[in-house]
Amino acid sequence: MEFAELIKTPRVDSVVLHRPFYPAVEGTLCLTGHHLILSSRQDSTEELWLLHSNIDAIDKRFVGSLGTIIIKCKDFRIIQLDIPGMEECLNIASSIEALSTLDSITLMYPFFYRPMFEVIEDGWHSFLPEQEFELYSSATSEWRLSYINKEFAVCPSYPPIVIVPKSIDDEALRKVASFRHGGRFPVLSYYYKKNGMVIMRSGQPLTGTNGRRCKEDEKLINATLRAGKRGYIIDTRSLNVAQQARAKGGGFEQEAHYPQWRRIHKSIERYHVLQESLIKLVEACNDQTHNMDRWLSKLEASNWLTHVKEILTTACLAAQCIDREGASILIHGTEGTDSTLQVTSLAQIILDPRSRTIRGFEALVEREWLQAGHPFQQRCAQSAYCSSKQKWEAPVFLLFLDCVWQILRQFPCSFEFNERFLIVLFEHACASQFGTFLGNNEGERCKLKLQQKTMSLWSWVNRPSELSQFTNPLFEANNLVIWPSVAPQSLQLWEGIFLRWNRSSKYQDEAYEEMVNIIEYNKELQAKVNVLRRQLAELETEDRPRQSP
Amino acid sequence: MEHIRTTKVEQVKLLDRFSTSNKSLTGTLYLTATHLLFIDSHQKETWILHHHIASVEKLPLTTSGCPLLIQCKNFRTVHFIVPRERDCHDIYNSLLQLSKQAKYEDLYAFSYNPKQNDSERLQGWQLIDLAEEYKRMGVPNSNWQLSDANREYKICETYPRELYVPRIASKPIIVGSSKFRSKGRFPVLSYYHQDKEAAICRCSQPLSGFSARCLEDEHLLQAISKANPVNRYMYVVDTRPKHRMQSWRAIPKDIGRIILNAMANRAAGKGYENEDNYSNIRFQFVGIENIHVMRSSLQKLLEVNGTKGLCVSDFYSGLESSGWLRHIKAVMDAAIFLAKAIMVESASVLVHCSDGWDRTSQVCSLGSLLLDSYYRTVKGFMVLIEKDWISFGHKFSERSGHLDGDTKEVSPVFTQFLECVWHLTEQFPQAFEFNEAFLLQIHEHIHSCQFGNFLGNCQKEREELKLKEKTYSLWPFLLDDQKKYLNPLYNSKSQRFTVLDPNTVSFNFKFWRNMYHQFDRTLHPRQSVFNIVMHMNEQNKQLEEDIKDIESKIKQHRNKQTEDVLTKELLNSVHPESPVLKTSLCFKEQTLLPVNDALRTIEGSNPADNRYSDYAEEFSKSEPTVVSLEYGVARMTC
Repeated sequence: MEFAELIKTPRVDSVVLHRPFYPAVEGTLCLTGHHLILSSRQDSTEELWLLHSNIDAIDKRFVGSLGTIIIKCKDFRIIQLDIPGMEECLNIASSIEALSTLDSITLMYPFFYRPMFEVIEDGWHSFLPEQEFELYSSATSEWRLSYINKEFAVCPSYPPIVIVPKSIDDEALRKVASFRHGGRFPVLSYYYKKNGMVIMRSGQPLTGTNGRRCKEDEKLINATLRAGKRGYIIDTRSLNVAQQARAKGGGFEQEAHYPQWRRIHKSIERYHVLQESLIKLVEACNDQTHNMDRWLSKLEASNWLTHVKEILTTACLAAQCIDREGASILIHGTEGTDSTLQVTSLAQIILDPRSRTIRGFEALVEREWLQAGHPFQQRCAQSAYCSSKQKWEAPVFLLFLDCVWQILRQFPCSFEFNERFLIVLFEHACASQFGTFLGNNEGERCKLKLQQKTMSLWSWVNRPSELSQFTNPLFEANNLVIWPSVAPQSLQLWEGIFLRWNRSSKYQDEAYEEMVNIIEYNKELQAKVNVLRRQLAELETEDRPRQSP
Repeated sequence: MEHIRTTKVEQVKLLDRFSTSNKSLTGTLYLTATHLLFIDSHQKETWILHHHIASVEKLPLTTSGCPLLIQCKNFRTVHFIVPRERDCHDIYNSLLQLSKQAKYEDLYAFSYNPKQNDSERLQGWQLIDLAEEYKRMGVPNSNWQLSDANREYKICETYPRELYVPRIASKPIIVGSSKFRSKGRFPVLSYYHQDKEAAICRCSQPLSGFSARCLEDEHLLQAISKANPVNRYMYVVDTRPKHRMQSWRAIPKDIGRIILNAMANRAAGKGYENEDNYSNIRFQFVGIENIHVMRSSLQKLLEVNGTKGLCVSDFYSGLESSGWLRHIKAVMDAAIFLAKAIMVESASVLVHCSDGWDRTSQVCSLGSLLLDSYYRTVKGFMVLIEKDWISFGHKFSERSGHLDGDTKEVSPVFTQFLECVWHLTEQFPQAFEFNEAFLLQIHEHIHSCQFGNFLGNCQKEREELKLKEKTYSLWPFLLDDQKKYLNPLYNSKSQRFTVLDPNTVSFNFKFWRNMYHQFDRTLHPRQSVFNIVMHMNEQNKQLEEDIKDIESKIKQHRNKQTEDVLTKELLNSVHPESPVLKTSLCFKEQTLLPVNDALRTIEGSNPADNRYSDYAEEFSKSEPTVVSLEYGVARMTC
C-alpha cells in the first residue's frame, strides 16, 4: 500500500492552528505518511509536527465553507485546525483518520525513521538478559538461565531467555508451562541480595473447577524456598474474581498443595475499569468550567487515585514481605502481564536503589515490561478520547508511571531521573519514532525484526545531550529501602500528565530553573573554595620554612 | 497552679493517630503551668501549649487504660492512654481549666518572658508603623487625608484611631455615614494604588433595611469616587452570597411576611446599597459564606482527615462535601475582582460584608497582596496583617477562642486568608519572599496567646489591656529568625510579579496537607526539596564569604612573600628551595564543608512509620481471606 493513496490533499494553505497557551498561528498544513505538519514559514520553524500514531480521535465541524478539525492526541493534548474549503477539510480529516489507524505495524513510523544523531550505544543491546543475570549470579548459585523458550514455543509472551531455579530442568518447566495461563511458568523477577529472598511472577495456575494440580509446579515453587522458610503468593485479584476464574479454567494455588505458602488477595483493577477511569479523569481535567464541587466529585468518581493507591499498597506489601518478613513471594493475577508487572516493578523501585537510577530504570522497563510481555501494542492502541472501545485497551503502563511519580514526589532526592523522563516514556509508549514499544512481546518483536529495522528508544535517551534533561539535579544515591506513604492525603493528581495541556506551568518551570541554578552554583562554589584552600595551604607551607629557617 | 493536681504520669501511651493496630509510644506525661509535655522512651518531646487545645475528650475506659483525646487549634491531634482513670481524670480536668481562661490577664502572653528589657520590648512594638505604611502607599495626598474623627474612638470603637478618608468628606458626613453603618464602621481607606490613583476602601453593611437611605453615606461614597481622578465609577462589593441577601429583600407575597422580614432585617441590621440611591456605583455580590458556615466546613474537613484507614473516594467526597476548597476559591475570586477593578479599570472599590471585619478583611488584604509586591515580603506581610486584620478590628480573640466564651464566635477566617496566600505561593513560587513555614508559624501564634499582637478584638481593647507594656510583639521574633522563613527561589527583581493574576480554575486548588496534617509526619514527603534548596542557598552565601576570606588571605600571603623576597634580595641571600614545597603540591583536596548528607536525612525510612503495613493489617480484618503478616496469626478461610 502506498501512503499516497490515503493522502488526497497533501497540502493546504491558510490553515489556522489553535493550541492551549499559544496564540493562534496561520500557516501551511502538510500531510505526510506519518506526520501532520503545520508551518507558518517564519523563522523556518514548524509550529506543529505531530505523529499520526499519536492521534486518538478527531472531530470535524463546519461553519459555512470553513471547516474545523479537532485533533485529540493520545498524550491528552487537544489541538484545533481551521481549514478553509470544505473539500480540503474533509480530505484532510479522512486522511488523518486512515493514517492514524493503520493496522499493519510495519507501516508505522519507526520502520521509516532515520535518526539524525550518531548512535553512541545501540539501545537494543543495552540490557541483555545475560548481563542482567550476571548481577545476580555473583550473589547466588540457586538460579540459572533457561533457553527453553528460544523459539517462543513454550510461552509466546515470554522472552527467549528466562531465569528459573537451578534445580528445575527444562522438561519440568514445560510441564509447569502447561499448567499456567499463557504458558507463563514462574520465573525470577528480582533477587534481593540483602537476604536472598526473591520475587517471582507467573500466570494464574489452571486449576479449573475440579482443582487440577501439577506436581512440577509445586516443586518449582517450593524449590525457591530455603529450608524451613515460608513464602507468600500475592494474587492481584480479589478472592471473588479469582474464584470466578476457576469456571474459565483458571484459578489459584490451593493451600493444601502449597503448604509452605500463604496466599494474599489484593484487588487491582484491569482492562475496561482502568480505561473508563482514565476517560473520566481526562474528561474532568479538560473541563475548565467545573466549579469546585463538580471538579472534586469528578476527580473522585474517576477512581484514578484509588487505582494508584491500590497498586502502590500492593507493591509496598510485596516489598514488606521481602524486606521485613524475609519471605520470598510469587505474584500473579490472571495472565500475569498487567497488574503483576505493576507490582513486581514497583516493589523493585522501593527495594532497589539501582532501579531508581536512569539506566536501572530503563533496565527495569526492559525486563519487567518489554521482556516480560506486557502487550504494549494492545494496551496503548487508543487512549482517553477514542470512542471505539476495545476490551484490551488499558492504561496499565501509565498507572505504573504514575505510581513511580508518586514515590518520586515523596523521595525527590532518591531518583536519578526527573518527572520529565517519566513523561517521555509515556509519550513514547503511545507514539514514537523508535521501535522499543512496538509489538506485544519479544516473539512479535523478533518476527518484526525490530532490532534490524528500527531504532531503540534507549539509543536516543542515553545520549549525554538527552540525558541531561532527564537528570534530577537533587539526586544523591540512597541505598535504603524507600517506603512511600499511601494515604490519600499523600497522593496527588499527576499534573505533569493530566493538566499538562490545561494550565500554564510557566512559573513552576521558571522556579525549577532557579532551583537548578542554585544547585549548580553550589557545586561551582564548592569547587572554587577547594581550589583556593589548596592554594592557601601551599602558600602557608611555603611561608613556614621561610619564617623559621 | 491551682488547676493542676497531677503533674506527672508515667507509663502513658501516645497512640498513632492513623494506626488501626493501635501502634503506640510509651512515655511520661508532664503537666506544667503552660504546657502539656510528653516524653517518649526515645526521649522525643511533644510539647502542647494549653492555649492550643481546642478540645479535650475522655473516651470510654478500655482494658489498657483511660483514653484522652486532645485536639489542638494548630491541627495537632493526640490520643493518650493513661493507665489509671484517676490520673486521667485529673489531667482532663486540669486541661479543661487551663485551656479555657476567663480573663486576658491569665493568658500566656502576660507571663511569657523572652528576656528583653523594656526598651527592646517597645522597639519590638514599633517595628510595624502603619503611618509609615500609608505614607509608602502615597497618602495623605491631594485627594486623601488623615481624619481625626475617630481619634478618641468616639465614632467607631472597633476601628483604629487613625483613619484615611477622602479630603472632601467633611466630619458631619463621616459622622452621618457612621450612624448608617453597622457598628459605626463607615467607609475608610484600606489600600491606595499610587499608579492607578484608585483605592480599596472598606466598611460594614449599610443599615438600609427595607428602604432606608442616608444622604451623608451617599455623599461619602461619592467623595470616594471623586477621590479617583481617573475613573468616576466605583464598585461596591458585598462579599456575602446574593441568595442569602435577596431572600429578604425580594418582595414577599403576603403583607405579614413583609413586616416580619423588614423587622428581621432591621433587627439583624442587614442591608446593602441600592444602586438607585448612589450615583456612579456598580454593585456586586461575590458570595463568601459567613463565619458559621466556615466553622462547620472546617469541622467537616477535619473529621474526614482524621479518619483511620481513609480511602481515596472518601477523602475526595469528604473534601467536596466539606465545601472548604469552594470557600477558599470564593475568597480568592473576590480578591481577584478587586485587583482587576483597579488594574484594568482604574476603578476604586468599596468592600463590605456584614460587620466588615471578617470577609472584608480577607478580601481587602488578599486584594492588596495581589496588587502590591511589598506585601509579599516578610516585613510587608506583617504590615498587611497589622493593617487589614489587627488595626481594622478582626476579632482575633473571639475567632480563635482565646478566652472561654461563645463557641459560635469561633471561625477560621484568618486561617482561610493564610491558605489563600499559600495557594498563591504554589502558583507563583518565585513571587514571595517568605515560605510556607512563615505562614504556618503565624498560624501557630494566632492561637498561642504567647505574644500580644493577636490578643483582644480591636485596638481600643488592646490599649485597655496595655498589651504594649505587658506583652511582647511577635514580629521582631519572626524577623530575628528570618532565615527559616525565606523562600530561596524568591525573585524580587522580576517585573512580571508586580501584580499577580492567579488562575482560579478548580483544579488549581489543592488540599493543604502541610497545614492540616502539620504534625502527622508520616503523611509528608520523606525528603523536602524546599529544605535542601533553602540550605543550599544559605550555604552558597557562606561559600561566597569563605571565598572572599580565603582570597584576601592569599593576597596577604603573596604580598608578604614579595616583601620577603625583596628584603632577602636586599640581603643578597638566596634561600634554597624548600623541600616542603614539593610535598605541598600533593596536598590532598579536602572537603571542609558540611556534607549535604546531613540535609538529606530520610524521615520515615523506618517502615514502622508507614501506613501500608497498617493497611495490610486492615485488609486482614476486613477481608478474611487476607493473611496477616504474622505467621502465628495467619488464618486462611478460603
